[in-house]
Amino acid sequence: MTAFTLRVNGDEHAVPDAWDGESLLYVLRERLGLPGAKNACEQGECGSCSVLVDGALVCSCLVLAAGVADHDVTTVEGLVVDGVLSDVQQAFVDAGAVQCGFCTPGLVMTVTDLLARDGEPDDLEVREALAGNLCRCTGYGRVLEAVRTTIRRRRGDEVAVPVPAPVTR
Amino acid sequence: MSPTVTGTGRRAGRGRVGDSAPRPDGIPKVQGQFAFGSDLFAAGMLWGHTLRAPHPSARIVALDTTAASTMAGVHAVLTADDVPGDLLYGLEVRDQPVLARDVVRYVGEPIAVVAADHPEIARRACAAITVRYDELDPLVDPELAADASTPAIHPDGNVVRRLTIRHGDLGATGDVTVEGAYEVGMQDQAPLGTEAGLAIPGDAGVELFVPTQSLHGDRSQIAACLGLPEEAVHITLAGVGGAFGAREDVSLQVHLCLLALRTGRPVKMVYDREESFYGHVHRHPARLWYRHHADRDGRIVKVEARLLLDGGAYTSSSPAVIANASCFAAGPYLVPNAHIDGWVVRTNNPPCGAMRGFGAVQTCFAHEAQMDRLAEALAMDPIDLRLRNALAPGDRLMTGQVITGTAPVAEVIRACAELPLPEPDPTEADDWRARPGGVGRTTDPGDLRRGVGFAVGFKNIAFSEGFDDYSTARVDLSDGIATVTCACAEVGQGFVTLAQQITREVLGIDDVVLAPADTSIGSAGSTSASRQTWVSGGAVLAAAEAVRDQLLAHVARTRGTPTDHLAIDDGRIRATDGSVDVGIVEAGAGVAFTATVEYHHAPTTELDEDGQGDAHLSFAFAAHRAVVDVDPELGLVRLVDLATAQDVGRVINPLQLRGQLEGGAAQGVGLALMEEIIVEGGLVRNPSFTDYLIPTVLDVPDLRIAALIEQPEPGAPFGAKGVGEPPTISSGAAVAAAVGAAVGCPVSRIPVRPQDLTTDAPAAPAGRAPCLVRGCSGSCTIGPATQ
Repeated sequence: MTAFTLRVNGDEHAVPDAWDGESLLYVLRERLGLPGAKNACEQGECGSCSVLVDGALVCSCLVLAAGVADHDVTTVEGLVVDGVLSDVQQAFVDAGAVQCGFCTPGLVMTVTDLLARDGEPDDLEVREALAGNLCRCTGYGRVLEAVRTTIRRRRGDEVAVPVPAPVTR
Repeated sequence: MSPTVTGTGRRAGRGRVGDSAPRPDGIPKVQGQFAFGSDLFAAGMLWGHTLRAPHPSARIVALDTTAASTMAGVHAVLTADDVPGDLLYGLEVRDQPVLARDVVRYVGEPIAVVAADHPEIARRACAAITVRYDELDPLVDPELAADASTPAIHPDGNVVRRLTIRHGDLGATGDVTVEGAYEVGMQDQAPLGTEAGLAIPGDAGVELFVPTQSLHGDRSQIAACLGLPEEAVHITLAGVGGAFGAREDVSLQVHLCLLALRTGRPVKMVYDREESFYGHVHRHPARLWYRHHADRDGRIVKVEARLLLDGGAYTSSSPAVIANASCFAAGPYLVPNAHIDGWVVRTNNPPCGAMRGFGAVQTCFAHEAQMDRLAEALAMDPIDLRLRNALAPGDRLMTGQVITGTAPVAEVIRACAELPLPEPDPTEADDWRARPGGVGRTTDPGDLRRGVGFAVGFKNIAFSEGFDDYSTARVDLSDGIATVTCACAEVGQGFVTLAQQITREVLGIDDVVLAPADTSIGSAGSTSASRQTWVSGGAVLAAAEAVRDQLLAHVARTRGTPTDHLAIDDGRIRATDGSVDVGIVEAGAGVAFTATVEYHHAPTTELDEDGQGDAHLSFAFAAHRAVVDVDPELGLVRLVDLATAQDVGRVINPLQLRGQLEGGAAQGVGLALMEEIIVEGGLVRNPSFTDYLIPTVLDVPDLRIAALIEQPEPGAPFGAKGVGEPPTISSGAAVAAAVGAAVGCPVSRIPVRPQDLTTDAPAAPAGRAPCLVRGCSGSCTIGPATQ
């Protein structure tokens, strides 16, 4: 057993009793109550578990949790600020890029990373950047549209139309 | 050319029928807050794990769980002896053990399950269970399984179903015949979410949260195995990370409930990717033989075919899969005479069952290759040949059934074929990423061969062969807010959006809430066979209309106006004579309206001994055209362009429809070019995403939608046909045809592998380019004419 502290989305989380072999993905999901990163292959092939560690995109299934103690971890939950979706998240909703949604958090992280590095990627650059994220539902068409939508909105060529909050009772 | 996607055009943005209404679960999903099966948590929960058979065929001689049971942190180790009810389960035939007793019939068959404090302890406990096997020779050749002299590997025998279709004059012959043998590999649904779930024991039974395609289908099987009445098993749909057929069968459901009931604690289980490959059924691999007869004008005279599907160790949905494969074996063409001999057999290979397209995918590849061969033999344009034979309303299928609904086959063929081919992209001319093999820089651009392929296919909508296919929905309306309750499994396809759109359309309100899908209401059947838009959509529509009628009757009573003078118009109830004009909230203030409806689609009949009968409710058609570049030296393929036209009845949500067309096509592309579970001697060789490849964003070009054919289907709610499966049927066939066109000989096997394309070229007939397909003698005469 090992004890360490993880800094996730700016918050310090004590991890008092993890087994040494636990991945960052497992600790985020099962110990910290942050299930946004998904567990689709757990061998670095599908990108569903993508998070940022010190700003670098990684598959959290391949990172030992104890190894990133005291580093900055950003998960999909951390992209929402004051209850407002990031522009990438909003574009995924608006473009129809979400079906079952299992790959969505990983893709959102990858697109966030790509557009932080390159604001005007061409089509093949976008595809190269997203090629490590598997999606089984969408055939990627609307995912690419979500990327294009984000780029257009950042350029000011298009304005996001707010979607009314869903009714709950 | 941009595709025209038309909706109703009215009240745009209000989320009604015809609008691109946003998904109600979209916002939680992009935030990582949508609870999938693997995200569930309960205080004090244990983790389950499964011990699986390493052999395809063996007797269990000894099984000792002592060491596992006594490990610290282990709370239960269960075997077949611990199953209190029926040991066997299954969708159509209960022939599959919950846990193997005495004998194992495929690699990965569950033998024991463990509950422990930590998933790693559960895994180690499974490893500590000792099993002594007496290995047997596995039956892995489906041809052998079809032979009556082969010893049965299961008490129910080796032939799961044989279905023969005899139609018209079996002695008829054509002026021209073409013959071909085809093979289709075993495809995996590969939903991104693996099998997962959480079972919580209760005083009167067990509560299960699980991603599934069919809550009530699961419940009847689970309850029987637990020895409990169905009411004692309550199932709530957990978030489903894709399905595509993989969740139609029970996987871990019974195991979880057994462990929870034994330990008295909540138990969670999550398969890893390797276990997922063993934990669900796959698309049937197929061996197909065809002979087409046609007259000199290109009219099909007769189709003969023998279809052999490998069902693996247990029945699953194999009887229905072979029915589809057989009924749609010749494609959407008028076939006056037919003799189809369909077999699905039991082997010691992995069990196969439902996957998107359900039997029609395998045969589409073959019948479309046959049509190309026929066109070549007749020296006809392959599009003209297809149009000449295209089914139309009023035509008789080779099962004797007359098409009474819509059948825009010629329309989808024409629209897809007439879309201009893509212009060369100058930005890609010098770009390695735009070549087969990508940035590996292995392809010599000068060697590239381009090919164009075309395919059209069809299948049934909803369940067939006399199945009483229905769904149940309740709509409650109070204070202007409607709540829809339906056990329809949302697996990503977007039924939740459609249910809201339908309810808004009928009630004229904007606020529609969806209750969780669970077994507290009657069955909605399975999310499969492209049926939920019709069947659960029909149930929601009928329930919403019943509530609307109650509301109007209430207004008529309280305002003294005849009901038939009232109508809902844009959020208000108005009388034709102007005497009533009241908002819906005000009109129904203080009153709760509710209606529950069980909606059955029109009955179908069984197939008789000649495979004749009105077995199907409705049919949906799609066409695809693919353009590929092939590197014949390396056997690498790049899909350059993919276009489609589809028969959709009526568009209910343009954006979601597009998503179905794009995603479904990608799965067909995967089958054609890369996806295959490689099974050798019953052993699965590639159970991982490292070795089982599904298309990435670099493998799938933007799908161009040439047309959505909107011909409302009689009897269908809003005239809409299910749209999920047709995209997967003809897309792969078109890609395979394009590869064949590029290399000069029909592809006879999918997925097409590099080694299938790179054999030494046999001598080419005069005036033809050499054919490069392995095993081709060069006599195929299909090679492209040299310029």
